[in-house]
Amino acid sequence: MLETLGDILVKNGLVTAFAVVGVTIWISYWLSAKLTRGRLHGSAIAIIIGLIVAYAGGVMTGGTKGIADVPLLAGIGLMGGAMLRDFAIIATAFGVSFGEIRKAGISGVIALFAGIVVSFVVGAVVALAFGYSDAVSMTTIGAGAVTYIVGPVTGAALGASSDVMALSIAAGLIKSILVMIGTPFVAKSIGLDNPRSAMVFGGLMGTTSGVAGGLAATDPKLVPYGAMTATFYTGLGCLMAPSVLFIATRAVMG
Amino acid sequence: MVIYGVALLSICMLAGMVIGELLGMAIGVKANVGGVGIAMLLLILASDRLKKDFRLDEWSQQGIGFWSAIYIPIVVAMAAQQNVVAALKGGPAAVLAGTLAVIASFALVPVITRIGQPRGEMVSDDGTLAVKSGE
Repeated sequence: MLETLGDILVKNGLVTAFAVVGVTIWISYWLSAKLTRGRLHGSAIAIIIGLIVAYAGGVMTGGTKGIADVPLLAGIGLMGGAMLRDFAIIATAFGVSFGEIRKAGISGVIALFAGIVVSFVVGAVVALAFGYSDAVSMTTIGAGAVTYIVGPVTGAALGASSDVMALSIAAGLIKSILVMIGTPFVAKSIGLDNPRSAMVFGGLMGTTSGVAGGLAATDPKLVPYGAMTATFYTGLGCLMAPSVLFIATRAVMG
Repeated sequence: MVIYGVALLSICMLAGMVIGELLGMAIGVKANVGGVGIAMLLLILASDRLKKDFRLDEWSQQGIGFWSAIYIPIVVAMAAQQNVVAALKGGPAAVLAGTLAVIASFALVPVITRIGQPRGEMVSDDGTLAVKSGE
């Protein structure tokens, strides 16, 4: 009996994922209303629960895809994978005003460059503080602080060692998780309540998953604006980190 | 028909991805540059145009609306498959680099929002956006 049930759940993985995520969100909104009187958004709680089960899944299976490595919940991998995530993000742009985007366009572009440079410098300085004083390692870890894709792409281009690469990926993952969790808490104090600041936010943070999660938990109607700029960040980072940023790092470090 | 909306969304996504990939190749990086963002712009422009001509009926709009509304559950599923273990295994150097980068970026949000603001528009213009909140 139990075996049959398991078989059915595995065979219909995506449908299982819809059911499981639906129940998770229901619980999260209930917790939000009961424990925080709605002050902490239900979706913020759901995302935090998601990250906790991702950790549990990683510990249980030793895999890299969080809870999606558990066969019964493999459908979560499809549901939250890049394809459907991007599909849904694009759908949020439906009904957005083009004028709003054009008005804030310049701020978004400035935010992109500023965000990449600032995250890179912070990452490189932390690397130096931990004893990675060669330009290649500093650049790779700095690039990891940009996003967890820019890190390994840069490291591979510059020939960084594999432990430095791993470190850069970890730095990027920490960043994206922190943006997911932290955004709703700081939103008010950084003025994240209108399309313009959302576009700036997306450009500064850049991690697509972080921005997607962080804005969803703050105010869903800001999502398209933040996502719009964030999507240029990783590409621009891959362009800048192994070139200008590496040259600058080498020049500074002698 | 609902499928028209879904198909429009799909075509925008695929076109955006192709353009993003070509853009990446053009500047010589191994990444898709702005594919999703370009797709979003395409969708905004296309739906704006079709709505004006009354060719995007209520049903077609629902085909896009569904995916927009299912966005948060998808993000929750996305959170559940992050490599949280690897993130924490990176040790203090990774945690510190990631955390400080986030704090610095958060702090810059109000600064840069102000830079881009045209003069005389300092009064917040919240009212202009009348998108219905999905929740």
